[in-house]
Amino acid sequence: MSGPIQGHRLAATFAQTKAENRAALITFATVGYPTPADTADVVRALLAGGSDVVELGIPFSDPLADGATIQHASQIALEQGTTLKMAFNLVRDLRSEGVETPLVFMGYYNPFLHYGLERVVKEAAEIGLDGFIVPDLPPEEGQEFGRLARAHDLDLIPLLAPTSTESRIQANVQAGSGFVYCVSLIGVTGAREQLSATLPEFLGRVRKHTDLPLAVGFGVSRPEHVATVAQMAEGVVSASALINVLDDTSAARRFDALKDLVHAMRAATVHTK
Amino acid sequence: MATSPSLTVRGQFGDYGGRYVPETVIPALEELEEAYAGLADDTAFQDELDVLLDRYVGRPTPIYHAARLSAEIGGAQMYLKREDLAHTGAHKINNALGQALLAKRIGRTRIIAETGAGQHGVATAAACAMLGLECIVYMGEVDVHRQTLNVFRMKLLGATVIPVMSGSRTLKDAINETIRDWVTNVETTHYIIGSVVGPHPYPTIVRDLQSIIGREAREQCLAQFGRLPDVVVACVGGGSNAIGIFHPFVDDTEVRLVGVEAAGHGIESGEHAATLVAGTPGTLHGAKSYLLQDDEGQIYEPHSISAGLDYPGVGPEHSYLKDLGRAEYVGVTDEQALEGFQHLCRTEGIIPALEPAHAMYHAAQLASALPQDQIVLINLSGRGDKDMTIVAEGLGVEL
Repeated sequence: MSGPIQGHRLAATFAQTKAENRAALITFATVGYPTPADTADVVRALLAGGSDVVELGIPFSDPLADGATIQHASQIALEQGTTLKMAFNLVRDLRSEGVETPLVFMGYYNPFLHYGLERVVKEAAEIGLDGFIVPDLPPEEGQEFGRLARAHDLDLIPLLAPTSTESRIQANVQAGSGFVYCVSLIGVTGAREQLSATLPEFLGRVRKHTDLPLAVGFGVSRPEHVATVAQMAEGVVSASALINVLDDTSAARRFDALKDLVHAMRAATVHTK
Repeated sequence: MATSPSLTVRGQFGDYGGRYVPETVIPALEELEEAYAGLADDTAFQDELDVLLDRYVGRPTPIYHAARLSAEIGGAQMYLKREDLAHTGAHKINNALGQALLAKRIGRTRIIAETGAGQHGVATAAACAMLGLECIVYMGEVDVHRQTLNVFRMKLLGATVIPVMSGSRTLKDAINETIRDWVTNVETTHYIIGSVVGPHPYPTIVRDLQSIIGREAREQCLAQFGRLPDVVVACVGGGSNAIGIFHPFVDDTEVRLVGVEAAGHGIESGEHAATLVAGTPGTLHGAKSYLLQDDEGQIYEPHSISAGLDYPGVGPEHSYLKDLGRAEYVGVTDEQALEGFQHLCRTEGIIPALEPAHAMYHAAQLASALPQDQIVLINLSGRGDKDMTIVAEGLGVEL
């Protein structure tokens, strides 16, 4: 494995967490939330807590795969004039501060399409973004975006759901790269009390078709959930629970509270077996 | 390419259409596509649907010569396809009934639907009541207050109406919330989408079910006049009544097809719902089509006096017909629609819904410039009872 050079940061990170006998912790921030000025501090708190990968959520007016938490964050971000350009600037600023952690955009297709796919991947590569997660872009619609991303050494991360058939699993993992985002449950994003009981069976079905690292997201809300998922997958994604911390904590304490939760989640990524 | 055959792009109308939805529901769309393809040869299903369309919906609906209106305008003869006479008061029942039967066929007993003005919600609630299916209707909180009568009708028909509090609390948010429900309950639930929008195969299924309007109208024209109409006019929100009447005429290239969108307060005001006239292509609610979007690709709120046209997207097949030049699309303002509405009331004793009132206004403009031996066929997609308070308000009348 090569070192953490641009274009291969995700692969290098998963290689490193594997060597450290733990799962990678993937965290999330909605760009522009709670305010555009605060987003960089939110990401810094995620990094200070020990995140291995950070997803930057690009707000969209119609987030149909998201539950109430991320819907609300997206709406507030848009009301404050958040743009895709601001997300690019955020990545540029973090990289100039020396942040080498993999950063990916998570967003719906239309804002990327409207910006221009070629322009998106070109600027993304220039500023040191590592990839994209686009929940409403299945591989049959994402061939052009995938080709452009690959041409710029960027990962278009495939998503799979418990409802995915064998043939779809196979085709999805072939079309994508970086890691496989396994949606833990049949539903939208949002904090949950419990993990899905069918998760091991689902991951088993995916693993038959790929050597890519598997990361599990949707409903992963607590360090206990992280600990459970870390025993069966190479990555653990938590998003809504982190935004809930920003919402539920006073402005003065919110970054510390966020860092503390991420830190507790990171401690839970270690393999116990 | 390394992609498997199951991932070839299908359901496209040129570059439009497709399946821009979360992976979770794609297997259900594939299943729906397969089940629907199987129905083409299923005579038992077709017979059951035909009997219900005849005895429950009241089909065929007539075409009616608006003789006094035509005489007043002094141009071409205007004929109305009377979808307002269909059960529940609009063309929406053609689709709701067909899809409810389809849902039963594929073993889904829980039905979800979105509604804007409430016409699709009422039609779906009626079909579910008649077939013994559970029915949940999502409706933007703003629309729940604007359309209290239809909310009450849906509840009487046994449906559960869930007000949607997210986003702008109107039709587009109701669709988002219905898709979220479907993503969560996809294994037990069928989503009866109300227009020719959404991911493949919905635009095709809804188009096929609504095409009965155009098939009947085409036969009726041939039987009554021995020829096809010169112009076919229909209003376009999502576009299901328009596709329904246009589709059987698409290959008749001598027939002009005109879609009328809601220009609201005027295109230049920015407050309108004229997606094809003033929008640009993008992806929303699972399909690529023309949209009302800002410089950032965010969808903005449309405006129309008619809740049924108040939608920032449009069916992908309309985008295709527009780019091909096979159909033309124009805008009619709130004020003009009210004029068309009153004109039909006064001359023919027919109270139309505000949606087809847009088509009536534009059809009158077209007819006035055409010779008297020409035929303009208008899809009168629904009746106006639901719009009484809005019309009164628009005319400055206190009820």
